[in-house]
Amino acid sequence: MATIIVVTSGKGGVGKTTTSASVSTGLAKRGFKTAVIDFDVGLRNLDLVMGCERRVVYDFVNVIQNEALLKQALIRDKHCDNLFILPASQTRDKEALSKEGVGRVLDELRDSFDYIVCDSPAGIEQGALMALYFADEAFIVTNPEVSSVRDSDRILGILQARSKRAETGSTPIKEHLLVTRYSPRRVEAGEMLSLKDVQDLLGIPLIGVIPESEVVLQASNSGVPVIHFDQSPSGQAYDDVVARFLGESRPMRFLEPERKNFLRRLFGT
Amino acid sequence: MPRSDTKDTQDLFPAEPHAHESAIELRGSVFTLSVLRIHSNELDVIESQLVKRLSKSPQFFVNAPIVVDLESVRDIPAALDFHRFVVLLRARHLFPVGVQNGSALQYEAAMAAGLAVLKGRAMKEPPAITPLISSQPDPIVSADTEAVSQTQAAPDDRATPASNTKIVQQAIRSGQRVMARNSDLIVLAAVNAGAEIIAEGNIHVYAPLRGRALAGVSGDTQARIFCHQFEAELVAIAGNYRVFDDGPPKELRGKAVQVFLDGEQLIVAPLD
Ligand SMILES: Nc1ncnc2c1ncn2[C@@H]1O[C@H](COP(=O)(O)OP(=O)(O)OP(=O)(O)O)[C@@H](O)[C@H]1O
Ligand SMILES: [Mg+2]
Repeated sequence: MATIIVVTSGKGGVGKTTTSASVSTGLAKRGFKTAVIDFDVGLRNLDLVMGCERRVVYDFVNVIQNEALLKQALIRDKHCDNLFILPASQTRDKEALSKEGVGRVLDELRDSFDYIVCDSPAGIEQGALMALYFADEAFIVTNPEVSSVRDSDRILGILQARSKRAETGSTPIKEHLLVTRYSPRRVEAGEMLSLKDVQDLLGIPLIGVIPESEVVLQASNSGVPVIHFDQSPSGQAYDDVVARFLGESRPMRFLEPERKNFLRRLFGT
Repeated sequence: MPRSDTKDTQDLFPAEPHAHESAIELRGSVFTLSVLRIHSNELDVIESQLVKRLSKSPQFFVNAPIVVDLESVRDIPAALDFHRFVVLLRARHLFPVGVQNGSALQYEAAMAAGLAVLKGRAMKEPPAITPLISSQPDPIVSADTEAVSQTQAAPDDRATPASNTKIVQQAIRSGQRVMARNSDLIVLAAVNAGAEIIAEGNIHVYAPLRGRALAGVSGDTQARIFCHQFEAELVAIAGNYRVFDDGPPKELRGKAVQVFLDGEQLIVAPLD
């Protein structure tokens, strides 16, 4: 029986798709059979970040509307054998993600996968509501700024009131705070909220902090999830997140501004 | 909960039982009962939510007489199995005594299961509580979704229990609104920015208050707001409000404060 994880935030552009790609990759690299689903109907981003956009034939909505079988639509990842991507449709309307349809696809996946990662679109509309409805656990992706924290708070309220677990009165969704695009330098300069501020405001357990890094953009442009860049702080930070999610305890890192040492300054790295 | 406001019940069997003429005596009286509003016909769903709700205040409802309000399920064609429902409630130490706002068919089934039909007054919405200011879009979620709510079985407002309090343990988040009708509201976790808490009585927040708090909304000028850590966007007592656009002033920010009315004037004062 797979565990369903939603990656959500309310606010747009905070790093949900980046996180979905890296977390699903990290789980698969550790041997778990993992599926990652793009709920962003109309935009379709995850396949680009995972570098499989050319292999998209059928999509999530095709499966929901019985125009394709699940196994026809799932795309095997080019790096990990046990990672599969279910892309979003680029054209259809958002209402195509019906609760019954999404539930049926997830049920079918549940039997043969260990983890199902749902990449939520921004906002609090149908796509976002469906991405979180069936979740067992949630990554709340938050940037250290007031508007992002506010939207995360709102999404937490929805998780706690309108998810399936809330509606049926079963154990609540397990929430994990993931702070991304964290720039210690800007926090120090008072331009961004500190980690402590974000934690105080949201009051849920922290699973990791991903530093702001140019490598992330390079990674998505080349269609390789940033967790594969194991020399970069952002890649390492995502690896820590996956390890913590699976129960390992690892100290938080990349919280202090990088003080370039003499040699590094010399070589400009 | 069954706090009856009458002592008359003792007179049901008067002092001289041997006097046959007065072996019984009937009197009307007024009781406060708990009403269980159900929004589903599925007993399994009801049961699991009930268990969850009761676990929050296990003692409070023990042996409480319960009236089941059928308004929301009146038009659902699938029949409600009242026999099973009664057994289920009894198993949870609730004491179903009757139903209200049901269909004729439901009444028949309920009576067959030993429940009375309470027709008194249709459950109308409790007194209107309008937020004083509504610059916010309508809340997408209202935390006011509890299955169990209190209401009076008879139209006697004096029957309000003395200590009627709603306790919320979870953080109240942006977009959520919690209302305590006819009672005080105690919140044990943060009330975040963009959240709104409303009470006809007093409000206590034993955590940061970052959102809006409105006490005494039905006009009780004696109502107060107490909070542990004051960071509110807005506070109001009986319609008198104060907005803190740029956050509360320094001397109050983060402090334990109380808010009350002095005449027309809304006072926010540190607690120590
Ligand atoms: N840690 C990071 N450092 C630098 N840039 C980042 C980081 N995380 C994400 N980004 C960049 O931010 C942009 C948005 O990221 P992403 O697409 O993952 O966000 P999203 O939350 O999925 O957005 P949307 O709401 O549109 O779906 C991308 O250009 C991405 O490269
Ligand atoms: Mg995205």
